[in-house]
Amino acid sequence: MNPKNLKYHKEHDWARIEGDVAVLGVTDYAQEALGDIVYIELPEVGTEVSAGSTYAEIESVKAVSDVYAPLSGTIVETNEEVVDAPELINESPYEDGWLIKVKLSDPAELDELMSAEEYDQALAELDE
Amino acid sequence: MSARVSVEPSGRGTVVEPLIFDKSRPGHRAAAIEAPGVETATAAELLAGAALRQRPPAIPELAEPEVVRHYTRLSHMNHAVDLGFYPLGSCTMKYNPKINDELAALPGFTWLHPYQAEADVQGILELMWELEQALLAVTGMCRASLQPAAGAHGELVGILMIRAYHRDHGGAERDTIIVPDSAHGTNLATAKMAGYRVVELPSSKRGLVDLGTLAEALSERTAAVMLTNPNTLGLFEDDILEITRLAHEAGALVYYDGANLNAIMGKARPGDMGMDVVHMNLHKTFSTPHGGGGPGAGPVAVCARLEPYLPTPLVERRDAPGADADGPAGAGFHLVGDHPSSIGRVRGFYGNVGVLVRAYAYMMRLGGNGLLRASEDAVLNANYLRVRLHDTYDVPFDRMCMHEFVASASRQKHTTGVTARDIAKRLLDFGMHSPTVYFPLNVPEAIMIEPTETESRDTLDSFVDAMLRIDRESREDAAIVLEAPHVTPVRRPDETLAAREPVLRWKPAAESPEIS
Repeated sequence: MNPKNLKYHKEHDWARIEGDVAVLGVTDYAQEALGDIVYIELPEVGTEVSAGSTYAEIESVKAVSDVYAPLSGTIVETNEEVVDAPELINESPYEDGWLIKVKLSDPAELDELMSAEEYDQALAELDE
Repeated sequence: MSARVSVEPSGRGTVVEPLIFDKSRPGHRAAAIEAPGVETATAAELLAGAALRQRPPAIPELAEPEVVRHYTRLSHMNHAVDLGFYPLGSCTMKYNPKINDELAALPGFTWLHPYQAEADVQGILELMWELEQALLAVTGMCRASLQPAAGAHGELVGILMIRAYHRDHGGAERDTIIVPDSAHGTNLATAKMAGYRVVELPSSKRGLVDLGTLAEALSERTAAVMLTNPNTLGLFEDDILEITRLAHEAGALVYYDGANLNAIMGKARPGDMGMDVVHMNLHKTFSTPHGGGGPGAGPVAVCARLEPYLPTPLVERRDAPGADADGPAGAGFHLVGDHPSSIGRVRGFYGNVGVLVRAYAYMMRLGGNGLLRASEDAVLNANYLRVRLHDTYDVPFDRMCMHEFVASASRQKHTTGVTARDIAKRLLDFGMHSPTVYFPLNVPEAIMIEPTETESRDTLDSFVDAMLRIDRESREDAAIVLEAPHVTPVRRPDETLAAREPVLRWKPAAESPEIS
């Protein structure tokens, strides 16, 4: 169910690798658990993010949650459209609902992330 | 336009109450009866020249019954603890005894003015001093400030004191506060607002702070650990002494969020647990009114080493004239502000004094044994509900709880599509307020239930009946739950739309063109 071409982090974040840049976002499971997302605050281009640390706050009708970076690097682009229309994260978490693009500083971190199969398995265990 | 009540053909009532500005009619006003034999003057006569406004203020014009009916109708659209059960977890919605209000309404309190001479306000100063002593007895701390106007305000004051303490003791580089994921949401906000970096500590499988994880997180950068005990899962932190010891060894202080103090009065004291700062919510534990944005009171109590940092003024009792050559002379109670290390004043005058009177009335009426009994009954009521509901609803940490417990609608969601939110809405049809839902965040579909000690066995049984019925409805006729509430004046507002496109207005649309 989760796209095969992405890498996943246990805090329900995904990364799509495009050369030395990674596109980051939250998973379908995350948007489903959050419910209707009403607000997101993204950091500025040029900000450093580090793997396992939070870089954004996302607010739904239920709660405010942190968004974790699966990989370290420098932000080169942010998705202004989701700031104006946060429902894009609910509607299209893996495409239009992407959050930031990061120039990777430590590509070796990719090995720490889960494949789609591993993430599906982790979700199945969460549900038990 | 006059007040409109429209009723849908189905008989389900939808009440529309216009804004009070919409109800305004020129010349409508209440009558003011002149006191007999007393010479009166108008404001215009008394205020000459520039001090006098050119035109009357643009406030609504209404007669007394119109005002009374407007606000009474609005109050009917709401739920209140005076109307029915209110098991809103973590909020301690206990019944507020009316004697509290009667005593706070005594003219000797209501006619006080903060600028009166100290000698003329000895009564209220004595009350504040005694209230402080009572709160210290419950918490096991050294001194307290009654100034903070709410729990979160008390938190901020506590953290600012911790920062001042570290600054004076070579710990200025301590920039991190550790908060367990079972802590109150306000703790994180407080820490950030005070300029700290927040490290969130995941709970153990038992829903408690894990000592190993805590030890790893502590460092020479840690300013404080913020804890709620019992935590938001309603569980008492078994390792509390070890937790405070580890924190202190790392040079950090420990903050106790007193939100759940109602569970432990007379049983355990934060001071004995090793806490350095404690805030209390008088509107939770000590039965002063909640809501409406206040007024609240969140006194903050400290251990000896933080005493110099308390906000001032503090009420001091001096037994004999000139007993303390450095302080103000004279027997009785004094407001003392001469504390050079104090973080300063955090509230105008002396806090929300009317609320303090209510809390004092409550504590004096119950006495020490009564407070202990209140905690015991709060814990008993929560466990009664937990055991009666745990076969029907998942209870992730299903063991003896304190004053509240967290159930989950996960089972209902997976099998019927009915969520915690739907259950919350359906409870309104039974005249009950919802428990807290979707909090704490570490339990999916959380339903956090805190009955408090003021509810009878009958009330608790009615709640259980409603919860069991809603579960049955979910399986047999889910629509009735999914479309709830059915009998409230306002049905189910579109929360998403309200959050994404809020239209907040207190004047008619015509006068607020920028948002219409």
